[in-house]
Amino acid sequence: MSTMQTGGPSVTSDARTLHGGGALDMPEPDHRLDRIAEHPTFKTLVHERTRFGWILTGLMLVVYFGFIGLIAFDKALLATKVGGTASLGFYMGMFVIVFAFVLTGIYVARANTRYDRLSADLIRSLAK
Amino acid sequence: MIRLVSLLGAGLGLGPVSALAAGPDIGAVQQQATNWPAIFMFLFFVLFTLGITYRAAKGSKSAADFYAAGGGISARTNALAIAGDYMSAASFLGISGLVYSSGFDGLIYSTGFLVGWPIVLFLIAERLRNLGKFTFADVASFRLDQTSIRIISATGTLVVVAFYLIAQMVGAGKLIQLLFGLPYLYAVVIVGALMIIYVAFGGMKATTWVQVIKACLLLGGATFMAGAVLYKYGFSPEKLFATAVQTHPKGDAIMAPGGLVSNPIDSLSLGVGLMFGTAGLPHILMRFFTVSDAQAARKSVFYATGLIGYFYILTFIIGFGGIALLMSDPSYFKLGTDGTTYDKIKDMIGGTNMVAVNLANAVGGPYFLGFISAVAFATILAVVAGLTLAGASAISHDLYAQVFARGRTTEQAEVNLSKASAVGIGIVAIYLGYVFENQNVAFMVGLAFSVAASCNFPVLAMSILWRGTTTWGALIGGLVGLVAAVVMVVLSDAVWVKTFGHPVALFPYANPALFSMPLAFLTIWAVSKIDRTRRGDRERAAFDAQFVRSETGIGASGAHAH
Repeated sequence: MSTMQTGGPSVTSDARTLHGGGALDMPEPDHRLDRIAEHPTFKTLVHERTRFGWILTGLMLVVYFGFIGLIAFDKALLATKVGGTASLGFYMGMFVIVFAFVLTGIYVARANTRYDRLSADLIRSLAK
Repeated sequence: MIRLVSLLGAGLGLGPVSALAAGPDIGAVQQQATNWPAIFMFLFFVLFTLGITYRAAKGSKSAADFYAAGGGISARTNALAIAGDYMSAASFLGISGLVYSSGFDGLIYSTGFLVGWPIVLFLIAERLRNLGKFTFADVASFRLDQTSIRIISATGTLVVVAFYLIAQMVGAGKLIQLLFGLPYLYAVVIVGALMIIYVAFGGMKATTWVQVIKACLLLGGATFMAGAVLYKYGFSPEKLFATAVQTHPKGDAIMAPGGLVSNPIDSLSLGVGLMFGTAGLPHILMRFFTVSDAQAARKSVFYATGLIGYFYILTFIIGFGGIALLMSDPSYFKLGTDGTTYDKIKDMIGGTNMVAVNLANAVGGPYFLGFISAVAFATILAVVAGLTLAGASAISHDLYAQVFARGRTTEQAEVNLSKASAVGIGIVAIYLGYVFENQNVAFMVGLAFSVAASCNFPVLAMSILWRGTTTWGALIGGLVGLVAAVVMVVLSDAVWVKTFGHPVALFPYANPALFSMPLAFLTIWAVSKIDRTRRGDRERAAFDAQFVRSETGIGASGAHAH
């Protein structure tokens, strides 16, 4: 670790730009990068995770801005009573909070199993 | 509009200030009788955290120790620290006060603050950890020109830190007058001196543990209060709501959206600022470098989202508890000339920001009141320490080491400069806190969030996620976002009319993020597209190396624990 700490800041900006900081921090030459980038497991991992991340991001945006949109444009709907005193808006607000937490939970559960396994597979096959 | 700004301030870490500055009784903050139980409990907190700082200082030698706590913070601890950064005094006092005065509208802030976190997790957190070392500028400049990108990132960081810090210092001074009965200047000096000690001696390790301890105390205290409120109503929220609706002067209206977001554009802009500002706050982004790897970064966001969501539900119950339990009790109000009548909202002793504090007295007696007061002070202290560390890192790690010394410096010199910067920032903060005592600083935290959403976040997101980003694109786009956010706030009602005294605001909305953030993204995209320099080509080609590392962590800075 100490080599990296002293090595990082002392590298001049041009060298870093030319080769990419990542390449410099790694002792391996550039063809190893190509090997990873072209590796089928890497492609699967990146494709799946990126797609999943954007889908969940989209869901969060729709739910939150849907809630804000209703507050902005249809206050009467949110004032509707559900059961006793509590309004529909109150339940929707609570839903947004719980939804945000559940969504992060879904992502973490999938990342801990599927994506971490793909990463481990990738690193194992690169070590061969 | 001004109401929106001041409430934005309230939500964002500025409750006491904004309400006092914007409310009818400006300057009428009366110093209360000295509150000894609160002072003793606070002193105990200070001694305990100084002990932690001493231990952290003994173990902190390298730059990694100073900036990133040696990378040895666990996911759960980091989650508490992130949640602590978020549960500011104003989240606690400001939002419960907002719920007390307007009911449902408090939820708009709670949800807005929370929903930025899933976005951070899905798009930023793991890649940030894989690419960076100490600051988010490390990540943004990974394949781009070090000098240019660090200048724009450090500028964005320092602007955010400066506005946030001024607001917190003024808030601390006002709050301590109310809670402890100490003079304004004492409070500002105490906060400034303690944050210098935590940061300069203990670095990230001490800053993290101060935040974690405070988070536990605050969560514990708030849980007790919400539990006590629900206990009085047989653990039936329905009964609590029914009592609140009967007691509140606005009646049933508190269960529905009110006047907070009368203008749809402003409400959307507020939402954008809250959501994406979170993803660009430098003191929060730094926390992702304190954990060992991307998995830990991922788990910290999950736990933190849970803790923050739980906390906001508590503040909602506390606000409603305040309505149900305090509004009918004249002892919490300044009585009118006839000695019996009072306005249930305007006349609360200390203003509506004191709802949680007064409720602490109502459900737990004077010692619990002292405890909550001490926790509120500790909260400000922990947040300003984090801000100071982020500012000091931008000066030493980004500006000094990479821009001025061009990488030709030693680790020790960099850390020493960082410590000196922390002292400098602390002194400047004390001075500014003193100067701004009677100024309206309500817009400053809103401005900090807008700059974070319009400069830091676009530069970071585009450099990580889009191959086409070049140095020119990121530099000019970040600058445009920064200037646009600042100019729009200056031309808005809060500054142009309220501070400069012009008759009409030139920018019609309170919050610029809806306009300034897309403008920054668009500029980065457009300038990168027309960038035909050879450096630009090299930078696009270097994306592959960055991409592999950001997605896999191969070659990432590992844990630096010794």
